[in-house]
Amino acid sequence: MFESCNDPLRMFRELQTFGDLEVHAAGHEVLDFETFNPEECLLEWQLTLSAEVDREQVSEVFAWVEDECKLTIEPILGESTAAVSTAPEVAKPTVDAVVEDAPVEVAKPPAAKAKAKAKAKSASGNKDGGSIRVNIDKVDALINLVGELVITQSMLSRYETDFDESMLDGLREGLSQLSRNTREMQESVMAIRLLPISSAFNRFPRLVRDTSSKLGKKIELRLVGEHTELDKTVLEKIGDPLVHLVRNSLDHGFESPEERKAAGKPEAGVLELNARHEGGNIVIEVIDDGAGINHERVLEKARTSGIIAPDAELTPSQINDLIFAAGFSTATEVSDLSGRGVGMDVVRRNIGDLGGEVFVQSEPGVGSTFTIRLPLTLAILDGQLVRVGSEAYIVPLVSIVETVQVGSEDVNAVVGRTEMFKQRDEYLPIIRLHEIFSIGCDSTAIGDGLLVVAEANGQRVGVFVDDLLEQQQVVIKSLEANYRQIPGISGATILGDGTVALILDLPGLIKLYYDQNRNLDHDATRGRAVWAASA
Amino acid sequence: MSAAKNEEAEVIAGQTSEKYGGQYLTFLLGGEEYGIEILKVQEIKGWESTTSIPNTPTHILGVLNLRGAIVPVMDMRKRFNLDSIEYGPTTVVIVVKMIQEDMERTVGLVVDAVADVYRLSDSDVKPAPDMGCAIEAEFIRGLATVDDKMMILLEIDRLIDLQIIEKEAASAPTLKITAD
Repeated sequence: MFESCNDPLRMFRELQTFGDLEVHAAGHEVLDFETFNPEECLLEWQLTLSAEVDREQVSEVFAWVEDECKLTIEPILGESTAAVSTAPEVAKPTVDAVVEDAPVEVAKPPAAKAKAKAKAKSASGNKDGGSIRVNIDKVDALINLVGELVITQSMLSRYETDFDESMLDGLREGLSQLSRNTREMQESVMAIRLLPISSAFNRFPRLVRDTSSKLGKKIELRLVGEHTELDKTVLEKIGDPLVHLVRNSLDHGFESPEERKAAGKPEAGVLELNARHEGGNIVIEVIDDGAGINHERVLEKARTSGIIAPDAELTPSQINDLIFAAGFSTATEVSDLSGRGVGMDVVRRNIGDLGGEVFVQSEPGVGSTFTIRLPLTLAILDGQLVRVGSEAYIVPLVSIVETVQVGSEDVNAVVGRTEMFKQRDEYLPIIRLHEIFSIGCDSTAIGDGLLVVAEANGQRVGVFVDDLLEQQQVVIKSLEANYRQIPGISGATILGDGTVALILDLPGLIKLYYDQNRNLDHDATRGRAVWAASA
Repeated sequence: MSAAKNEEAEVIAGQTSEKYGGQYLTFLLGGEEYGIEILKVQEIKGWESTTSIPNTPTHILGVLNLRGAIVPVMDMRKRFNLDSIEYGPTTVVIVVKMIQEDMERTVGLVVDAVADVYRLSDSDVKPAPDMGCAIEAEFIRGLATVDDKMMILLEIDRLIDLQIIEKEAASAPTLKITAD
């Protein structure tokens, strides 16, 4: 602020002309004499002005510095002598400019603006906007690529005017260069949106310390993979669900030190936040070594609150899944941490909105692991086109392990239905796309088609298709925008010929496969499906 | 003069202050003429094959590419449980925009043919009588007579309300009178 020749004192004097002014100053940080810059303003003030003034008049005083400081002006309405038209207003500007180095100063004005924006947002219910700070290297790389693209374009435009067959090779080379440029540029543009997850993790050490001391528990936080990068929009929206999961673990997951001792565990619990890339996904895990999910208590609560039918029989993983049901809470009393029954269902919905999923694994006495799986980018993926009958589907290339052809002698039917085939030392279930999607196919004989061995959620399956078509990059389009989510399908894309192809969602597909099998089981044994809670 | 101007303004807006009055686009389906509010119609395009979506109700034919947007297409004959016919040269897709849960959705409706555009006033629209078939009654805004022809005016937002569709599939719907 001093750098731009502004003096707070003068502004205060000007404010004084409106009426009585009270000024409280606060030193913001301890000065380090070595790095002290006399042109930085490290103070903040709280000003209380008792006068009948318009907001504009007050903000005008700060017109020159509003971009260089955090400034909030709040009116305080007088209680008794609310006279004619102008209500008394009080200005409470907090002028501070804690500036360490040049780049941060650049960042300061947006911070102040963002505040104003947040206000505007709450007023008008605007859509998400927001800005991004990009490393200059990334921008330079992009500019370089654009330069290359321009060169390629001019090279290709030579062929526009007089073209004969002898130039075919040159044209081909130019086109392949163009496709390389496009791909590089696409990656580069995507990289601009990627930020390390540490910014979302940063708040947890404090949150864990505060919360655990409040709960009287000893908890050690471990952060792993903080440098994993993910899309900015995803990053912004994952913060709240993560906080909720962490709080949930702290409150419900960990036992008190005495209980831990009694169970033969170290007094201090370990909470691990772990982020990593897995194919085209980012996986974030919240791992605690607490008590795990108490199945009896969850079941009982779910029955009494009517989330499931009283006579429903559930597998352990289905019971674990119940904690994501709306209105579910096992806490006996409402605290400021939990007990309201609002939470995990919102977590699941928020993550679902981002195109991801969350699930829990838990072992009583050993601990729980919440796994969040999110798409890395929301726009483009490398896909393998497969054909089933007359339909073409896209399998995300990252999840494909290999493609094999097996004969019927390699396939065993477990309990007459679930087909398994042996791949090296592993038995993998076969998901027949034509069955699961109820569509036509060329041949149901296993030897006539191909098995695409794919991995999802750490599980391998063989997806039976008629044929493999080409590989290509596809732009993901949402089905939900105009329709709704389809189980087993993550989205759609438009192929080169203008037709639409659906993108397979392998985790969803596997779930669908098991659900169908389970239903068949129930149909066979009981005549009806007993899984009553909505999935 | 001013009346004419008003009229013109209404024509441009395609809407009047009346509840059901306004312009309707009508289409043919099994010999009957159905009308939908013209403001909901985004465009009319020729039939082209769609990409089918697995595990969806049969009346959802699939999705098509509408200039980069993925749009679901619904066969109106199947929607009303009419006999299917082969798609011919007059078969068209009426692309409508509707608001559902505060989201604008675009949906294509396959109909036998488009017929005409009519301008109706409130007094032209009669409430639909109780026809005993609950499913349809919910989607009918009213009946209108133009040149001794009966037209069935549809409540398009509800017709493609996917929740209703799912509910219907799950259980028998309750009777509702919509023309209140």
